Amino acid sequence: MGMTLAEKILAAHCDRKELRAGELINCRVDFVLANDVTAPLAIGQFRRLGVEKPFDAQRVAMVPSHFAPNKDIKSAENAKVMREFALEQGIVYYEQGRAGIEHVLLPDDGWVLPGDVVVGADSHTCTYGALGCFATGMGSTDIACAMATGDIWMRVPETMKMTYRGRLKPWVGGKDIILSTIGDIGTDGALYRAIEFQGEALSQLSMEQRFTITNMTIEAGGKAGLMVPDAVTLGYVRARAKREWRVYEPDPDAGYVEEHEYDVGELEPMVALPFSPDNVVPLSKAPRVEIDQVFIGSCTNGRLSDLRLAAQIMEGRQVHPRVRCMVIPASNDVYLAALKEGLLTVFAEAGCAVSTSTCGPCLGGYMGVLAEGERCVSTSNRNFPGRMGHPKAEVYLANPAVAAASAIAGRLAGPEEVV
Amino acid sequence: MLTLRGRVHKFGANIDTDVIIPARYLNMYTPEELAPHCLEGVDAEFTRRVQPGDVIMAETNFGCGSSREHAPLAIRGAGVGCVVAKSFARIFYRNAINLGLPILECPEAVDGSDPGDELAVELESGTIRNLTKEMQFQAKPYPEFMLELLAAGGLVEYTTRRLAAGKRS
Repeated sequence: MGMTLAEKILAAHCDRKELRAGELINCRVDFVLANDVTAPLAIGQFRRLGVEKPFDAQRVAMVPSHFAPNKDIKSAENAKVMREFALEQGIVYYEQGRAGIEHVLLPDDGWVLPGDVVVGADSHTCTYGALGCFATGMGSTDIACAMATGDIWMRVPETMKMTYRGRLKPWVGGKDIILSTIGDIGTDGALYRAIEFQGEALSQLSMEQRFTITNMTIEAGGKAGLMVPDAVTLGYVRARAKREWRVYEPDPDAGYVEEHEYDVGELEPMVALPFSPDNVVPLSKAPRVEIDQVFIGSCTNGRLSDLRLAAQIMEGRQVHPRVRCMVIPASNDVYLAALKEGLLTVFAEAGCAVSTSTCGPCLGGYMGVLAEGERCVSTSNRNFPGRMGHPKAEVYLANPAVAAASAIAGRLAGPEEVV
Repeated sequence: MLTLRGRVHKFGANIDTDVIIPARYLNMYTPEELAPHCLEGVDAEFTRRVQPGDVIMAETNFGCGSSREHAPLAIRGAGVGCVVAKSFARIFYRNAINLGLPILECPEAVDGSDPGDELAVELESGTIRNLTKEMQFQAKPYPEFMLELLAAGGLVEYTTRRLAAGKRS
């Protein structure tokens, strides 16, 4: 029996010809990362190791993103610990004004590449798998040790294969594909497992849409979500790569623990209702609840194409007077591109609050925390109780077009209801 | 080396990290501070009954929920020698091993044991002997480097030794 894409990449990183799901291995890592919330803990553990320097400073990144720009004194102290360590060690580091959410910034700047093994102290590290690499989230202790040694222990995951057929309808994208998949398999449907996302429907998608899909692998409990690189991937990577990379493909006779096929030709925009990312319904069956806030941004849907989609709906229209609409480009590059294209003008003229990049509202950190009983349509990835603020606030997860339409309608709404 | 003996405490499926150590105790970090609250969300008497070396046995998906390393720390602090479950949530699995808490996946042992049974667990081979019922079960054994990691007392200690031995890659 052949190997899956995950098995192929992991085998190459521990000098094995063959690997099987379930084996525990020690494998080399190509890139390690942490953010302002997880780095200070990891730095503490790193110091306990008695190591002077990381295995390779240019293969470690520390990105201020979660509570940055600093929201209070405690977050400022943590950010300072990270900044001083990063500067002292020569680690890849971005300051405010050049930074962004790591899962948008690091692929866009060519730090994470096809064939890599990437470990990050953030659960959405799985985003990078769209490039054809094995990327997974871990705790701060794991990251500290990987930073010191350049390797990590790993249980080789079983792989589920998801195949998507058909051509997507207008206003339907990567977010709707992954929400419908999570709705189907549940928040533990991919526990311990890698997911290989395949099929003609994905070939039609841009890299940005693909990142949205792999980003939410963790919401199904998955360890990594991977896609086989194609011309779109290589076009994206060639323009950015900071070093060599390698393309791996699964063997034709690879063994999958489960295989699912989805026809997405008839898929409509999907919404995850409170309080779980697997509580998914088609927009046509979602209640048209009145809302208080809309958030367009995050590592899931804060990229340029997401903002273009939202701006297309916002242009010449006004955000409902009762609604706060936060638009947060996911990195400074995205911000600048959106500025030059006039998208930020569209948002500001429509009555949106446009901010510099931060993870802030997605995790209820700041820049849009919800009060008791408030409802928010969000393009982010989680809607557990208390995720964006008060435990009795409700979060509806949707794509950027639905979020923009809802901001205008003042209730959960689809693009066709306002355009 | 690494043979553990203790009595069984049984739990159900989906024992999550909020039950293992509620979020209100996350302002503490040491196993000693966390131990008195271990599993109090599901069994308030647990920390009074548990003896050093005892074994937690659970159904599927033990440790699901957040990534808090406080959960395995609390269990270790309570004196638990080992956790045997039908399956573990992924992040808990890593955190437990990294922090030096032995865990084994063995559905047959869970089904074949009752609360209070005395177990002898050999980590090196993955053999679980139920001394009370005179039965033997086989969990998937750890590879050598994982045994070293557990024997060292956790990932930081293990990595420190590797680095001292010049095994840095």
